[in-house]
Amino acid sequence: MGLALLVVIWLITLASTYFFVAKTWWLPVGAAEAAGFIDGQFALTLVLMGIVFLAAQLSLGYFAWRYREQPSSPPVDYSHGSVKLELVWTVLTTVLFVGLNLMGSRVWASQRFDQAGPGAVQVEVTGMQFAWYFRYPGPDGKYAPTSVKLMDPSAGGEAALGLNTSDPDEDDVVTGTMYLPVDREVDVSLRSVDVIHSFFVPSLRFKQDAVPGLNIHMHFKPTAIGEYEILCAELCGLGHYKMHGMVHVVSQEDFNQWLAAREAEKH
Amino acid sequence: MATSATAHAHAAPQGFIRKYIFSLDHKVIGLQYFFLALTAVWVGMFLSLLMRIHLIFPAASLPLVGEIKPETYLSLLTMHGTIMVFFVLTTAPQGGFGNYFLPIQIGAPDMAFPVLNMLSFWTTFVGFVVILAAFFVQGGAPLHGWTGYPPLSALQSAGPGEGLGADLWITSIAIFCLASLMGALNFLTTTLDMRAKGMTMMRMPLTVWSWFITAILGLLAFGVLLSAGILLLMDRNLGTSFYVPLVVVNGQIMGHKGGSPLLWQHLFWFFGHPEVYIAILPGMGVTSQILSTFSRKPIFGYKAMVYAMLSIGFFGFMVWGHHMFMSGMSPYSAFAFSLLTMCIGVPSAIKTFNWLGTMYKARIRFQTPMLYAIGFVSLFVSGGLSGPFLAQPVLDIQLHDTYFVVGHFHLIMGVAAIFGMFAATYYWFPKMFGRMMNETWGRVHFFITLIGTYAIFMPMHYLGIAGGTRRYSQYTEVAYLTKLMPIHQFMTYAAIITISAQFIFVINLFWSMFKGPKASDNPWESTTLEWTTTTPPPHDNFGA
Repeated sequence: MGLALLVVIWLITLASTYFFVAKTWWLPVGAAEAAGFIDGQFALTLVLMGIVFLAAQLSLGYFAWRYREQPSSPPVDYSHGSVKLELVWTVLTTVLFVGLNLMGSRVWASQRFDQAGPGAVQVEVTGMQFAWYFRYPGPDGKYAPTSVKLMDPSAGGEAALGLNTSDPDEDDVVTGTMYLPVDREVDVSLRSVDVIHSFFVPSLRFKQDAVPGLNIHMHFKPTAIGEYEILCAELCGLGHYKMHGMVHVVSQEDFNQWLAAREAEKH
Repeated sequence: MATSATAHAHAAPQGFIRKYIFSLDHKVIGLQYFFLALTAVWVGMFLSLLMRIHLIFPAASLPLVGEIKPETYLSLLTMHGTIMVFFVLTTAPQGGFGNYFLPIQIGAPDMAFPVLNMLSFWTTFVGFVVILAAFFVQGGAPLHGWTGYPPLSALQSAGPGEGLGADLWITSIAIFCLASLMGALNFLTTTLDMRAKGMTMMRMPLTVWSWFITAILGLLAFGVLLSAGILLLMDRNLGTSFYVPLVVVNGQIMGHKGGSPLLWQHLFWFFGHPEVYIAILPGMGVTSQILSTFSRKPIFGYKAMVYAMLSIGFFGFMVWGHHMFMSGMSPYSAFAFSLLTMCIGVPSAIKTFNWLGTMYKARIRFQTPMLYAIGFVSLFVSGGLSGPFLAQPVLDIQLHDTYFVVGHFHLIMGVAAIFGMFAATYYWFPKMFGRMMNETWGRVHFFITLIGTYAIFMPMHYLGIAGGTRRYSQYTEVAYLTKLMPIHQFMTYAAIITISAQFIFVINLFWSMFKGPKASDNPWESTTLEWTTTTPPPHDNFGA
């Protein structure tokens, strides 16, 4: 029975480890500034936890076989434990866990404590059962006022966000697909009109809940041209699984052209 | 202590109803909790089977539920989580085994408050009936997940199931909280006041320590959830706005103003994180007990184990914010919660170290309880080591609300805790029913279940790393998610095999109850007090 345990535990351990090492399924290719650090920190954590995982599981299997009761086995080593070993182990794990934590905090701080720089592209992201809307402030650089009384999701676009479409000063661009210029910081302002949603772009290593009643500012910088998928990561109702969108990261010129064309459509 | 024991003494009941239904005997009540949890776990497991089948055969019509619509899937998931967390993971380890064995292990004739004990079981039972009722009302069971985040859970128009079904869901949880508060009070008083002469705190078995600390957690956590639930009921039915700000659902302005959705998350996780330890601590206790018994050695580092459990309990109340890194909570507090969460990994590491130390240079006997205890250690390690990923906010950006989290918590608070329950069942069955369970079938059940649970829950980590979001009723709408379907297929087949193997357990359990070989008073040659009395124990435990 000891041998059976050893074989089963070791096989499970090695098979589980194999898929982490072989990266059969892995993080999508990173396309934002933060991806380098996040992926590195993930890899470091994986190596450290992997060592502990292998050491613990392999010894568990080994002990089960090595110390199985047999007629020839020696009497047990009658021990109540060792204070010295406990202390060494406690200090080691504390250093490991707290160290990992402190390493990661720098990037967390730069992303979440600091404001976006002055040259950042402004985009407002609004979640609504079950769609994402993106709003750009238009030539005046300011978001026009919205009103819940004017909200009409069935009309889509500007009406869904409650913009006053009959106001000639309202020049905001509202779209269902997000366009961003490459290598420029994006100042995202996240809102939700009904329940909690979560704006998740795996390739950009970005996730943040959109909470009704809050206006959450976040910033990130896409670094590779391409099309990336947007998902909702917070359970928001029956259409949660299909609350899907796309972000197109394009060159600055293409972005300017695209935005100018949307503004032209308005007038 | 002898005086308090006599003060609580009550004569053995005679009639069937007082003996088996409205019993005051902690042993009968323990069995009632055990069988309630056994019923609940089959309901919860059946729901998970439906979900797993639906994920790989989206169009299939399934037994009892028919075609699974997205909202059906979400209500399966909500009810699976709620039933498993409350009526299985909280009910069996503490209410079941704790009730049966805590008094005997400290040399007491019964719980401190036998009537309260009976009430707490029957209140739990009512809670279970109420949650099952949610399946049968108009609109069906709620779809807001076991975490029930408002505004989704607070607004009837936010989705199907958010009508009466959601009210029943909250009511059931509130009833469960009341029952758990009564239970916690009883466990604490019994442990503090009813110990036999010479049974000092630092001589108590680690099982008793684990039930004692769990009771402290329960007392502090369930009160908060109860209040949170009442506020949610008020938001839903009395027009208050604790959790709901001004929102527009489907073009309709809701009549709420100024509430905070984050308030619920704080209150819920203030309960929710200690709840993880409520589920797992008794498993740790019984694992320590069994490893020591079957290794023929005292537990390695008894004092370190006690302090580790106490610090897990203490830190358990300071880490709830790690569920909320992406919620919009202040990023500064995320920093503090993250550091404290890493700290809670330390006592968990100490426990693993001591379990291995107990097996070191031992003479291990491999009866089924020992297999399950070793399985517990393995799953605890595997589930625990994904914690330091999720505890780092920068990594949580990518992993939050993906299957990585689902894999993590199922391994550690789901199946590890269930392995603790299996270990406890195989271990204490002879004392509870006077007969032995079948060893061969016990071993077959163990190996299929161990390999099966790893096959179900380990791939969830790969799925999560690749961006596989959780709570999606279908993986067909997003291009890169469809590529992850092979992982889902593998997990579903593993789940079907593992769930089928549970029939081996149930048949073994009931067959052995009536046909198993008679058990001696101490078949495992264990050292705690329950093995010094007759099998099964008499009404007042020691025949005094």
